[in-house]
Amino acid sequence: MTEPLNQQYRLNLMLCAGTACVSMKSFAIKARLEEELRRHGLDGEVLVVLTGCNGFCAVGPVMTVMPDGIFYHTLTPHVIPKLVEEHFLKGRPVEKLMFTPPAEKAAVPRLADIGFFANQTLVALRNRGMIDPEKIDEYIGRDGYRALAKALTEMTPESIVETIKASGLRGRGGGGFPTGLKWELCRKAAGDVKYLVCNADEGDPGAYMDRSIVEADPHSVLEGMLIGARAIGAAHGFVYIRAEYPLARKRLQIAIDQAREYGLLGEGILGSDLDFDVSIKQGAGAFVCGEETSLIASIEGRPPEPRQRPPFPAQSGIRGKPTNINNVETWATVAPIIERGAGWFAAMGTAKSKGTKVFSLVGKIQNTGLIEVLMGTPLRKIIFDIGGGIPDGKAFKAVQTGGPSGGCLPASLLDLPVDYESLTEAGSIMGSGGMIVMDEDTCMVDVAKYFVEFTNDESCGKCSACRDGSGALLEILRRICAGEGRLEDLDTLAELCEVIKDASMCGLGQTLPNPVLTTLRYFRDEYEAHIRDRKCPGKVCKPLIRYFIDPEICRGCTVCARDCPSKAITGERKKAHVIDQARCVKCGVCLEACGVFGISAVKIE
Amino acid sequence: MVTIKVNGRELQADENQTILEAARAAGIRIPTLCYHKELTPYGACRVCLVEIVAGGRPGLQAACLYKCAPGLEVSTDTQRVERARRVVLELLLARSPESEKVRALAAEYGVTGTRFNLAPENCILCGLCVRACAEISRRNAIGFSGRGPRRTVGTPFRRLAATCIGCGACVYVCPTNTIEIEERD
Repeated sequence: MTEPLNQQYRLNLMLCAGTACVSMKSFAIKARLEEELRRHGLDGEVLVVLTGCNGFCAVGPVMTVMPDGIFYHTLTPHVIPKLVEEHFLKGRPVEKLMFTPPAEKAAVPRLADIGFFANQTLVALRNRGMIDPEKIDEYIGRDGYRALAKALTEMTPESIVETIKASGLRGRGGGGFPTGLKWELCRKAAGDVKYLVCNADEGDPGAYMDRSIVEADPHSVLEGMLIGARAIGAAHGFVYIRAEYPLARKRLQIAIDQAREYGLLGEGILGSDLDFDVSIKQGAGAFVCGEETSLIASIEGRPPEPRQRPPFPAQSGIRGKPTNINNVETWATVAPIIERGAGWFAAMGTAKSKGTKVFSLVGKIQNTGLIEVLMGTPLRKIIFDIGGGIPDGKAFKAVQTGGPSGGCLPASLLDLPVDYESLTEAGSIMGSGGMIVMDEDTCMVDVAKYFVEFTNDESCGKCSACRDGSGALLEILRRICAGEGRLEDLDTLAELCEVIKDASMCGLGQTLPNPVLTTLRYFRDEYEAHIRDRKCPGKVCKPLIRYFIDPEICRGCTVCARDCPSKAITGERKKAHVIDQARCVKCGVCLEACGVFGISAVKIE
Repeated sequence: MVTIKVNGRELQADENQTILEAARAAGIRIPTLCYHKELTPYGACRVCLVEIVAGGRPGLQAACLYKCAPGLEVSTDTQRVERARRVVLELLLARSPESEKVRALAAEYGVTGTRFNLAPENCILCGLCVRACAEISRRNAIGFSGRGPRRTVGTPFRRLAATCIGCGACVYVCPTNTIEIEERD
C-alpha cells in the first residue's frame, strides 16, 4: 500500500463503497467530504475516491488516506467537517477516528499496521481499496491488462495453459479442480465455438467473496477471462451473476463498456487475432445454479437442474458447445500468475494447495470482514490474529468452512492448516470461502438443522436422494431439537448422510450432509444431551430450555414484566418477579431487558 | 463397439448405449423407477445406481444415464450399491407408501417399513409423465414447478392445460397411479 494514485492531488481519500459500507452511508459521507473540502478550498488538492470493498466490514464505513495509509473507520457524515478541518487542512490526523484494537489502548494509525490487514496476502484482492472500480484507467494504472498484453504478444495458448497448470491454481468456487487442466480439456475439445463462464452466483449465506471482487475490481475478472479466451479459443464469455447483487452488476457493466471502448473487448484485441466479448447473465438466486450443469441450464433459459456428468461442460456445455466455467476468484487470480509467473504463485501455500484464498469471515467474530490469506494458514491465525477473536469474552466453539454444505470444526482443530486436503480430511470443504465462527452460546444440533433447512429448501428437487434425503434429515433434526429425539436417530442420521453423499446427482446433494456428519463427529455429546437428558447445552433449543428469575438478584424494577410480549412475568414493584412457564414463549426479551444492572436476574436452564 | 465389464463379465456395447441398456441387453437386471425405454433418461429416482469400479467417474452413478466407454468396469451389486438403493427406496416408500411398484421394489431390498417421516405425496417426481407428454404426445401440457420440498408436477398455473388432448400417456407411464383421467362433456 505505498503507491500514490492520481498524483496531481496531494491526498487521495480512498473511501470504501462496498455494499456493507454503502449501506452505512458511504455515498452521503462522500458528498459531505467533497462539500467540506470545497469549503476549505481543498478540492484541488484532496480527491475523494470511491473504492470497492476494503474488507474490514466490521468497522465500516472505512477510509484510507493515501499516500500516508492512515485508516479511519466507523465514519458518519457528521464527523466529516471536523476530520476535514483537522487532518486535511491543518495536517493533524484525528486519533479518535482511528482503529484501536479491543485489547489495547493506543490507536493504530496506519492500515498496514493493523493486525487485520498485516496478516493478509493479497492476490485476487490486490486492488481492493486502491482503485475506483468504475474507472478503467485506475486499473491500468495498477498494471492492469499488462498480463493480457503479455499473453497476447509473448505467449502461445499452449504456454498460457502450461503456466496455469504449473502454478497449481485450483478452482476457487469449491471443487478445487486444477484450473490449468480444466482449460486444457476445453482447449482440446472438438469444435470451433467455445464459451467461457464466470460463475458469480454466490449463494452461500454469509459469504460475499465474489460480490466484493466484482464490486472492487471488475477488470481483474475480465482480464482473467480474456487470458482464458486466448488459451482456450473462446470468442464469447458470460458472467452469471445474481440479480441480488445490483452494485456488482452495475460496476461490471461499466467495466465491460469501458473495456469495449478501449478495444480490450471486441474484435482484434490489442491488435492481435483475439476476438472476445462478454455479456452478463442474471441469475434469480437459486443456490443450485452454482453447480455447473445447472448454471448452464439457466444460461440456456431452462430451469436450473443438474444433469449427468460426463459429458463434462468442457466437452458439452452451453448449447452443446465446449464450455469452461470458473469462479470469480479463480478468474481474478489468473492475471497475476501470467504476469509474475507460475513459480511465484506455486511458491505460496502448501504442497497441493497453492497461492492464496479469499474468505468472508463472519459470525461471532470481532473483525467481520473479507480477507485473503496464504493457503495453509492455520484456522487459529485467521480467527484470532486477523479476526480478533470472539466478541464479549465468550469462548470459541466451532467454525464452519465452505458455506452451508461445509463442516463444523471444533476448537481441537484450530491449528488445522486451511487447504483443500486438510479441510476435506477433517470432514469439511474449502467451498467458495465462507467462514462462520460460532461461540459457546451456539447449539450445534440447531446449527446442523439450520444448514439442512437451507439446502433442503435450495435443493432443485430433481433427484430423490437430495430432495427426500434432506427432508428426512431435517425431520429427524427438528425432532431432536424439540426434545423428541431417540438414540437410534443418531445411527439413522449417519447412514442417511452417507447415502445422500453417495447417491445424489450433483454437488449440492453430495455435500449437504457435511454439517450433520461433522457435528455428529465432533459434537456428539450435544446430540446425546438433547436426546438422553432432554437438555440443550447451548441453551438455544426452545423446547429444552426454561427462563426463570433468581429471586436473590431481582430488585423488582418491573422492566422485564413491561417488556414481556406474552405477559408471562408478574410481581410487585421492588419485589422479586416470577415467570409463568405456561405463558412464556422463550423469546429472551426479559434476559436482554434485565442486563441493566450488570448482572442479570433472568437465567436460562 | 466397446467392451465393458459388468460384475466381472465382459460385454460388447455401443458407445452411445447407457450402462442400463447394455446390462439389460445382456440379461443383467438393474432396477429402475423413473426409466422408460421410449423416453429420454432423467436420473431422478436414484434406484438404478451402480458403482463405477474403473474406467470412468468413480463412485455411484445412475446406470440409466451413464454412457458406456472403453475400459469401463461396473458393479451392480456391491454393498455400497445395495445400501444406497435400500435407503433411497426407504425414502421413496415414506413418500409414496401406497404405491404397489415402490412397495414391491422396496420389499426386494428388505425394506418393508420406513424410519422416515415425510409427508406422503404418492407422486415420486420421477418425471415419466412430463417426459411422455413432451416426447410422445408432444403436448408439453404438464411440467415441474417449485423446487426442493415444494416441487410438484402440474399443468401451467394449475389451470386446465390448453394443450392437453386427453391422450392419457401420462396416466399410462405413471408408476404410482397418481394421475387420474376423468371424462368431461
